[in-house]
Amino acid sequence: MAIVYQKSKGLTDKELHYCPGCTHGIVHKLVAETLEELGIIGTTIGVAPVGCSVFAYDYFSCDMHGAAHGRAPAVATGIKRVSPPGTTVFTYQGDGDLAAIGTAEIVQAAMRGEKITVIFINNAIYGMTGGQMAPTTLIGQKTTTSPLGRTKEHAGMPIKMCELLSTLDGCVYAERVCVTDIPNLNKAKKAIRKAFELQQQNAGLTFVEVLAACPTNWGKPPIKAVEWLKENMIPYYPLGVYKDSAEVK
Amino acid sequence: MAGKVTFCQDRCKGCELCVSVCPKGIIVIDQEVTNRKGYHPAAVKEMDKCIACASCAKICPDSIITVERL
Repeated sequence: MAIVYQKSKGLTDKELHYCPGCTHGIVHKLVAETLEELGIIGTTIGVAPVGCSVFAYDYFSCDMHGAAHGRAPAVATGIKRVSPPGTTVFTYQGDGDLAAIGTAEIVQAAMRGEKITVIFINNAIYGMTGGQMAPTTLIGQKTTTSPLGRTKEHAGMPIKMCELLSTLDGCVYAERVCVTDIPNLNKAKKAIRKAFELQQQNAGLTFVEVLAACPTNWGKPPIKAVEWLKENMIPYYPLGVYKDSAEVK
Repeated sequence: MAGKVTFCQDRCKGCELCVSVCPKGIIVIDQEVTNRKGYHPAAVKEMDKCIACASCAKICPDSIITVERL
């Protein structure tokens, strides 16, 4: 009997605390599998955010570091600059972390072209704090702080981080993916792998945005949440490569 | 039997994502079992139909599925 698939060595044996159907677990293992395949688990340092994925440092088997809310790219900058050459550094951040309180840090890190990889989980809501409106919340989407739905007049249009960062020279790779089904999951893994490979070549900041489902705070069962994501999020946040200015050697 | 799927049922949260991606439709939520987390876990009732594509294992957020090819 040959094993076709088993849990990645890039993950610890700790049970994930995420809600049923939460996409964090899927993205965690895509990152872990990539680290394992590239053989860099022992030379990688990840930076965990504040948010639902705050415990990411317990789940990855590489070295991990915590950061203040939104400051993961700044912490990653420091780690990358003082670590021995060949060290891989990544941040794993949600939208409340990266696109709200941490917007300055990610924009400045991208502007400086820090040689780090940023995995950005966009689920259009604040998860850990109880489903408040995030900068990424869609127009019309109901949250605990927009009970009648977000309006453009009151809160503006949702922020598109891939598009924003792709305008900066220091960001060499930006792609938006989702993990709703196996074909998209395979594309997401390819994007994450490319982001890490480009970092190994010191190309610049690499950014992968993953559209994610938050069944609990969206108030939907996991399968319905995935359908909602496909019908509502993908039209506003189109999937695809937004920046690819460096080649994988 | 081409494939064998093993679930760590104690860790399953019954999210049904594996059910949604199985091309053979052989994964079910076992209503007769309640695991220590309080969920009805996923299970395969007709293992002989498994083709070892590992779709279920790839999408499982909790990485509780191991797939073997016989």
